[in-house]
Amino acid sequence: MSEKVLMRGTHVVAEAAVRAGCRFYAGYPITPQNELPEYMSDAMARLEDGTFIQAESELAAINMVIGASIAGARAMTSSSSPGISLKQEGFSFLAAQELPAVIVNIMRGSPGLGNIAPSQGDYFQATRGGGHGDYRSIVLAPASGQEMADLTRKAFDYADRYRIPVMILADGMMGQMMEPVLLPESIDPRKLPPKPWILNGAKGRPSRVIKSLLLDPSVEEAHNWKLVRKHEMIGREISDAETDLMDDARIAVIAYGTAARIAKGAIKRVRETGLKVGLLRPVTLWPFPEKVFRGLDESVENFLVFEMSTGQMLEDVKLSLAGRGEVHFYGRPGGPIPTPDEVAKVISRLYHRQKL
Amino acid sequence: MAKLVFKRPKTLKQVISHYCPGCGHGIIHRLIAEVIEDLDIGEKTIGVPPAGCAVLAYNYIDVDMAEAAHGRATAVATGIKRILPDRIVFAYQGDGDMAAIGTAETIHAANRGENITCIFVNNGVYGMTGGQMAPTTILGQLSTTTPGGRDMARDGGPLDLSEMLALTSGSVYIERTAVNSPKNVRRTKKAIAKAFKSQMANRGFSLVEILSPCPTNWKMSPVDSHRWIDKVAASVFPLRVIKDKTEES
Repeated sequence: MSEKVLMRGTHVVAEAAVRAGCRFYAGYPITPQNELPEYMSDAMARLEDGTFIQAESELAAINMVIGASIAGARAMTSSSSPGISLKQEGFSFLAAQELPAVIVNIMRGSPGLGNIAPSQGDYFQATRGGGHGDYRSIVLAPASGQEMADLTRKAFDYADRYRIPVMILADGMMGQMMEPVLLPESIDPRKLPPKPWILNGAKGRPSRVIKSLLLDPSVEEAHNWKLVRKHEMIGREISDAETDLMDDARIAVIAYGTAARIAKGAIKRVRETGLKVGLLRPVTLWPFPEKVFRGLDESVENFLVFEMSTGQMLEDVKLSLAGRGEVHFYGRPGGPIPTPDEVAKVISRLYHRQKL
Repeated sequence: MAKLVFKRPKTLKQVISHYCPGCGHGIIHRLIAEVIEDLDIGEKTIGVPPAGCAVLAYNYIDVDMAEAAHGRATAVATGIKRILPDRIVFAYQGDGDMAAIGTAETIHAANRGENITCIFVNNGVYGMTGGQMAPTTILGQLSTTTPGGRDMARDGGPLDLSEMLALTSGSVYIERTAVNSPKNVRRTKKAIAKAFKSQMANRGFSLVEILSPCPTNWKMSPVDSHRWIDKVAASVFPLRVIKDKTEES
């Protein structure tokens, strides 16, 4: 049954995962996402068929998830930026072997150890696949408690449907923030569609091999092109973005996740002073919602990309706009949380400078 | 009429071996296939081969198999076994895979008492990459990265991973054997069978370390390789039951 609760973001993802039929979680402690594994340790213990493992490393955790996925379970791991770097090897194997899995990255200030404050510095890492090789992973960017729940459900569904790793890319702010959330109904994982590719012992059928070693370059090439065709299908089917107040907008602010929440507050403020500004918020960071950009009214000629980084999504925005209009950038990397007032001033200055 | 004294186990595919002449992997593959057949577990066994020469184990052993990244086989096996606790799950790893890049995964799988079986093939070198020093290369042994022989001061000594694993509370059965003589091959088969049976009885972590010849990278004839295991390798890595708690409840 659906129910409305007040929960912090990390708990929302954990509970939504359980309700999506996740029965395997492995992870390693790292701030600011520790409440997620802590919640899973309790939730999995309450289930007859749930497994929680506190792994010895991030590497071990992602490889345990690979094993659980091979055996047919809905499986998840979570971490924060430095820990995600360690898991990248596993993302590449998941992609190569076409295994479903859900990975949560609650980003923190980086590079290196950085700090434990919210940041959006892992955009490139996430949207370019994450590990070695020629592939992509689905990346979903929640901007509210409710989306932490809804996109977690979608993450598991997409992972199974396309046999691909799916990352939920949030940050310390999304993880810690408490909001009222309508939790989705529980799925019984035994009632999910069967997966005819899993390994469960070759009973009454030929044995199966799940592998990524393709020694013949022409076979590896064919496999790479097969993944590309899958990626193109995913791009057609799931790319998603929210637009807000764009009907009369002269400036489109482009932001995702926490930055989009801050941008909404900023846009509200500048609207009160009569400025015509709207928001375009990518929900899927990969596939990037290019169609939404191409569908924008010709009258919008100024785009302000706002990220809690030095400008990473900025490149995808420029690619999507393909030379159209002027693209501006405002960023705060490393952990500080910009205020709506601060961003409102940036928008306002730009508005007047461009004589809009 | 002639009496049938030896046949190919049906779990072993009838294919031409890609292993070098004198390599021990082929013998070990056959022993695993024989044990799977003897225990009648071919329809419920899942194997995890390593990165290394034996990555192609699935070309020979006819059960469900999933490749793991270098060093991660016990972590992958852990995930499979936890989801399917009534299946028989084994990891097949070389010395570089298990005792260098995968040390952490191996020790912690043993310490958690994961109910899986490891086949740990110790040939003292990185075979597939061309014979570099392994964690198990013995002092003085030549390799492509120890051209003057492994040196204690520069490289440290060979790692006794099996003895280390025996110290963990979750390991129940650890034995070191070899495949350099008919007698040792038979002992190895017995050890593999005991490890699988221990897993079937839900005892916990089991491992068979097998000293195995690599004539190509040792730059010896197969016969000399077999002698070298007896004379040199087994003096550093003694063939013995290192831990056996399979009888304890």
